[in-house]
Amino acid sequence: MLVLEGLRLAEGEFTLSADWSVAKGEKVAVIGPSGAGKSSLLMAIAGFFAPVAGRILWQGADLAALAPAKRPISLLFQDQNLFPHLTLFENLGLGLTSGARLAPGDAALIDAALERTGLGGMGARRPAELSGGQQGRAALARALLRARPLLLLDEPFAALGPALKAEMLALVCEVADAQGAAVLMVTHDPADAHRLGGKTVLVADGVAAAPVPTAALFADPPQALRDYLG
Amino acid sequence: MANRPFPLAAAVTAAGLALLTLGTAAVVASRAQVWALAPADWAALRFTLWQAGWSAVVSVVFAIPVARALARRRFRGRAAMIRLMGAPFLMPVVVAVLGILAVFGRAGPVNVALAALGLPALSIFGLHGVVLAHVFLNMPLAVRMILMGWQAIPAERFRLARALGLSEPAMFRHLEWPMLRAVVPGVLVVIFLVCLTSFAVVLTLGGGPRASTIELSIYQALRFDFDLGRAALLAAVQFAIGAVVALASGWLALPSGFGAGLGRASVIPAPGGIRRWADGAVLMLAAGLLMAPLVAVGLRGIAGFADLPAAVWPAMGRSVGIALASALLATLAALVLALSRAAWAGMAATLPLATSGLVLGTGLFLLVHPWLPPERLAVPVTMLVNATLALPYLYRLLRPEAVQLHADYDRLSRSLGLAGVARLRWVTLPRLARPLGFGAGLAAALSMGDLGVIALFAGDQGATLPFLVQQLMGAYRMEAAAGVALVLVTLSFALFWAFDWIGGRYAGA
Repeated sequence: MLVLEGLRLAEGEFTLSADWSVAKGEKVAVIGPSGAGKSSLLMAIAGFFAPVAGRILWQGADLAALAPAKRPISLLFQDQNLFPHLTLFENLGLGLTSGARLAPGDAALIDAALERTGLGGMGARRPAELSGGQQGRAALARALLRARPLLLLDEPFAALGPALKAEMLALVCEVADAQGAAVLMVTHDPADAHRLGGKTVLVADGVAAAPVPTAALFADPPQALRDYLG
Repeated sequence: MANRPFPLAAAVTAAGLALLTLGTAAVVASRAQVWALAPADWAALRFTLWQAGWSAVVSVVFAIPVARALARRRFRGRAAMIRLMGAPFLMPVVVAVLGILAVFGRAGPVNVALAALGLPALSIFGLHGVVLAHVFLNMPLAVRMILMGWQAIPAERFRLARALGLSEPAMFRHLEWPMLRAVVPGVLVVIFLVCLTSFAVVLTLGGGPRASTIELSIYQALRFDFDLGRAALLAAVQFAIGAVVALASGWLALPSGFGAGLGRASVIPAPGGIRRWADGAVLMLAAGLLMAPLVAVGLRGIAGFADLPAAVWPAMGRSVGIALASALLATLAALVLALSRAAWAGMAATLPLATSGLVLGTGLFLLVHPWLPPERLAVPVTMLVNATLALPYLYRLLRPEAVQLHADYDRLSRSLGLAGVARLRWVTLPRLARPLGFGAGLAAALSMGDLGVIALFAGDQGATLPFLVQQLMGAYRMEAAAGVALVLVTLSFALFWAFDWIGGRYAGA
């Protein structure tokens, strides 16, 4: 279980507080106006942004001292999720080994992850030779290999069209369910939150509210969400 | 952590640079016995500033119309011409001087033509010659820097200006003049700084009481009079001037000029009529000034091949060895400093701009000569000094790319746990391969052509190729000098292309 305990983020004028938890295997959309701090919240959990107060706990242990790669987290950024000079196979390999030599069985694992995400046989290609959707799939394939219990997504599919985005979200759910991983996904599109199912966190006015079931939240939106939806 | 890659390496590199540049300056300052300049030294100081000023002004005044013509005209061979503009910067200075002598010398085609017209002959020695050689070497760099300025004006502004029906003078005043005012001071300072420390040109085309620079006076005091106190004083003066100009340049955003674009459709209005012809004439003149000395060296050099002295082979080995070692050293040091995010790393990388080959050489000479005969250390000292002097250029090439790399891939690398050697191997080196290859090529070519510190240290044996060319010129064996010069310039460009090619290949897609 991920616990945000009296968490406070601040940078210049910007502040954000959060005090809630996400259970194992839960799917949570993070929604709110731009600039409210959705991405900052994710980056704090991932270890790129130090909180000014409070703790981030995983299974009861404080994550503060852990470097980003040591946290139980797979992360998909808005862009730059793949190294453009490396092949897909090499990109996935780095997710497995942090740059050390591949172990004997690793190649088969990488091929299986590519197969699973619909990229079978494309291991020798570089990111520039792939479509936007395929690049998203490759990043998810790497998350599959890393098999961390918490998957953080910072709007990685924002540039894709609606049909492709729906397809990617289905793949996210598939990957997460396969590993029993919890998902925390930033989005500005209510449709994404519905599609993910599960719960939604509303980030507005300096507060990341505790997650509530998505259907219930949108059936009776609070004032801040009504302002955002317009 | 991965946040500060190789902190120890960066600190050691910066400390080494500080020791080498400031340390040698301290040595020469402490050995200068009498703090009074003789009248001849005052004359040298005046000439140093005077020739550097003239060289900078003439280069820029000539470069502006050339850059403007290149910016607004599209013609066959334009890309080749922009590439040609990169050549003189890489060219060994003695080779350029030899070419200029062949074209503008007493028996050269220019003076033959003047004589045929009944006009007085042009003398290539003294201020004229020094400035002419500096313009040949630096005007192309100025063209590339100013051309980048022109290309950096957003196309939308020109479209807007046209949509508003601005007249051509109005367009110049509102779009092009502000750009020139921002770019030209930096270009002037860069060229002034390069010419301030120019040694080989003044050694071959200057000299005598009327056309001697501080650098040349240091060389003469050390090599011919063996007056160590005076050499030290002059070196201290040279360092002081260099430091003042380098500090002053810190306030200006210095343009680099290495990346001038080739393509892109021009949106700058290209008036027809007489101005089209004027642009053509400017371009022809520039191409002629650049090509003629190169062609002359080529033709004479081929003739001189029959006359190559046996000393050319050991000199070649020595030159290539020094160039490779100093390219490796300079590239490593520049990379380590460019990756560091500490402010002192950038300052350390700028330190060599204040000093010069002869100042570094004099300092090291004073340190070494009580213990060892200096010629024993000619090769390692030349390698070290060449690497130091190339470093600021390499740093300026690498730094923006390193900053971009950090912005794009630092988080991804850290989230995957890529650190230390693994990060260097998988991310840093491949992403920076292009500027690293280009920079190493630049450092190798600059070192290959350097004639500065080697002239202080080399004995009868132990010459490098540029030193050999200079010796042959001094002995009036011009054919042989041209032959060796052709070997030298070919090797310089070959090294540059080889490194550049390796970088591009390694960078892959």
